[in-house]
Amino acid sequence: MVRKLPKDLEEQARIIAEFARREGLDFYPTIFEVLSAEEVSQVAAYGGFPQRYPHWRFGMEYERLRKQHSYGLGRIYEMVINNDPCYAYLLEDNTLTDQKTVMAHVYGHCDFFKNNIWFSRTNRRMMDDMANHATRVRRYIKRYGLDRVETFIDTCLSLEDLIDPHSMFMQRTETRGAQHIRRQAGDAGPEQHAGVRYPAKSYMDPFINPRRRLDAERQAQLEEAERRRGRVPAKPLRDVLQFLMEFAPLQDWEADILSIIREEAYYFAPQGQTKIMNEGWASYWHSTLMTNYILKADELITYCDHHSGTLASSPGRLNPYKVGIELFRDIERRWNTGRYGPEYDACDDMQTRRNWGKDQAPKTRVVGRGSPGREKIYQVRAIYNDVTFLDEFLTPEFIEDQNLFHYRYDPSTGRMVVVNRDFRKIKQQMLFMLTNHARPYIYVLDGNYRNRGELYLGHRHNGVDLDIKFAQETLKALQAIWKRPVHIRALIDDEPILFSYDGEQSAQQHIDDALPEPANDL
Amino acid sequence: MHVLKIAKDHQRFRQIIKGKIRQDLRKFLSRGELLGREGKRAISIPVHGIDIPHFRYGDNNDAGVGSGDGKPGDQVGDGDGMGPGGTQEGRHILEVDVGLDELADILGEELQLPRIQPRGKKNITSERDRYSGIRQAGPESLRHFKRTFRRALRRQIMSGTYDPDSPRIIFERGDKVYRSWKTVRSPQSNAVIVYMMDVSGSMGAEQKELVRLEAFWIDAWLRRNYEGIESRYIVHDVRAAEVDRETFFRLREDGGTRISSAFRAARELLDSTYSADEWNIYLFHFSDGDNSSESDSRECCKMLRDNILPTVNLFGYCQVASAYGSGNFINVLHEHVTGAENLITSRVNNKDDIYDSIKTFFSKGQ
Repeated sequence: MVRKLPKDLEEQARIIAEFARREGLDFYPTIFEVLSAEEVSQVAAYGGFPQRYPHWRFGMEYERLRKQHSYGLGRIYEMVINNDPCYAYLLEDNTLTDQKTVMAHVYGHCDFFKNNIWFSRTNRRMMDDMANHATRVRRYIKRYGLDRVETFIDTCLSLEDLIDPHSMFMQRTETRGAQHIRRQAGDAGPEQHAGVRYPAKSYMDPFINPRRRLDAERQAQLEEAERRRGRVPAKPLRDVLQFLMEFAPLQDWEADILSIIREEAYYFAPQGQTKIMNEGWASYWHSTLMTNYILKADELITYCDHHSGTLASSPGRLNPYKVGIELFRDIERRWNTGRYGPEYDACDDMQTRRNWGKDQAPKTRVVGRGSPGREKIYQVRAIYNDVTFLDEFLTPEFIEDQNLFHYRYDPSTGRMVVVNRDFRKIKQQMLFMLTNHARPYIYVLDGNYRNRGELYLGHRHNGVDLDIKFAQETLKALQAIWKRPVHIRALIDDEPILFSYDGEQSAQQHIDDALPEPANDL
Repeated sequence: MHVLKIAKDHQRFRQIIKGKIRQDLRKFLSRGELLGREGKRAISIPVHGIDIPHFRYGDNNDAGVGSGDGKPGDQVGDGDGMGPGGTQEGRHILEVDVGLDELADILGEELQLPRIQPRGKKNITSERDRYSGIRQAGPESLRHFKRTFRRALRRQIMSGTYDPDSPRIIFERGDKVYRSWKTVRSPQSNAVIVYMMDVSGSMGAEQKELVRLEAFWIDAWLRRNYEGIESRYIVHDVRAAEVDRETFFRLREDGGTRISSAFRAARELLDSTYSADEWNIYLFHFSDGDNSSESDSRECCKMLRDNILPTVNLFGYCQVASAYGSGNFINVLHEHVTGAENLITSRVNNKDDIYDSIKTFFSKGQ
């Protein structure tokens, strides 16, 4: 299906890459391929990859995309894979102007993939691993039959978002297997309860790490460890999939499929965490590169038309491209004019604020990191994700400029209505929508509930209830893996409720003192 | 053309959809969900329980952030927001397009309906001309320019008269080739369905709904079995008239019932347009079975026996239950018209009976 890039596009890619590097972008080698509309739909349905394990859900997505395309409701211009080298796909019947814009956009993404810290632990050989996953699943299908494998994949997919995206940056807890091997070798392992030791020069050490404090901490840790002994898991655990892989009675092939699903979920997680930033960054650069270097006069209209189409937002929908690019530009402007820090924040004279630092702004076109603003956005793209990005850089002025509002479902009319344009409310809502991909936080609290081997999960409530129907359906999937009864504790209308499924029927009960507590609490 | 990798996944998805529709077929048959959703060749069907459940937020979360003008209290767009509780995903119902043929196949499989055998000589053979060949002689209007040009070019190159700097190609008689046609005969079976409905005062909205549903599925199945199909609609109370489809399902009259009027109108329609040698004929009559007089019922039986049944594939009488009236007509038919294989009757008391009714009508494959 892969067609070699035509000579003229290859030349364009080389030129654009050169401009991109001149502006300071730093990316893996990028391979462009040209695909037909059907092929692009296929790749998009596969989440950007040329192949995935066999599953009907990809077919469903494909049908949706094809329909959307044929009704002219949505057009996929570009796809890019976070991989080393990066792979990017161009749509065959795009005009040359579109192709150039897409290439510039793609280099922005590739730079983001390579340099943003949230992507730093992703698998850069995912292209190959996806193919391996496909082969493994196909082999299982051959051996155990399509129905069995497919049912199991469905079950796993139901739980695929129960991972802990932050765990990529934590020291992994030792698996039971590794522990066993270590003990066999007579290695006691690192001393576990030593208290927190701050780094210090030797002559300062007794003062910075006084013995008394260390002893007290060690004592507290030992007591804590004693309390936790025999608890599985030792602490509330967000990575439910990891817990299932370790403790659920799975056959080898089932464990392998679960690990595939988990691995892919972790691979895709940073893309969910940085949607606004990633698209904003790529749009910022396609815009900068196109308007400063690449556009020819006769391409201007086409470019403007498609650029504004991509960034268009309808009243009820925030467009991540738009929010992202505007916020990056806003940051650049603010740092160029020094509109940050306590002095600026303390100033409440509108006139002064409006003219703050105007004379500092660069007078000529900036290349690369040649201005404080550019320097800042390069830093932002390296260490932020969507949540921290908005939390730190969203300002009342920005919300006013972008004409944002907060809306809510009005039960009396059955419509979505504008509530207000209050900065705090809007920011809170945006952060909520981005936190954990707008999915609830679920933890494993007990793997041996009531000493009966039952699994007990908990929902950490942060203002919004779980959907009961979906929770009950999802519990069924969980039970199919755990085999013993499963429970989830949730707050519904401020009442603590325990939802359960024992393999035959769903139940729910009010949690009161008579009910045994799980090993951990949130 | 090569096949995309995803074709397999897509096929599997369609297969799952069909399975779900089959599971829910009885429900679809008895609910009006599918009516009004049919397009030209496909029908949009709401399928339940396809997507994969996740732990997700519930409904007290319908809020979001948007951009644009508007003051507090104004409605936001179409209500489709970025908010997680919005309409983004997972209403647990998926709308899928299914071809009418596919749907009919599912119906056929689930109800175990045999394929209909078109009767006797009604397989008309249609003739069509296909331009599929090439000849040395023919009218200039059918000259195949490309081939002619190529032959001329080849000849000129071989004879050395071709000059690349001034590429002038001149046809000679021997270069010219022409398109030619073959006549293809393909068997084609045509059918006409005549729906008749009693619209007297005793047929209420509920009864009409039953008729509508039943007619939809009759249509779907017959369309699957015949290539060319026409539908005609006759309504009657004491008099009968042909109407269009819309009117057929909407019209409401008061007054009595004389069923023979409909039979007579149907006969006239058939005589004038649909000769029995050329058409497979299906008649369906829907009524609450409350005919005005005994004598008219007898008249109906006579007409059926003598004029109608001998020439039609199937006469289906479907009696819907009504709060009024005796509903006696079905008994009269059973009593007075015996031994006719192509007269099939069924009672539909409520929507759940449609499933069995369809099965009764078509299980003989007539």
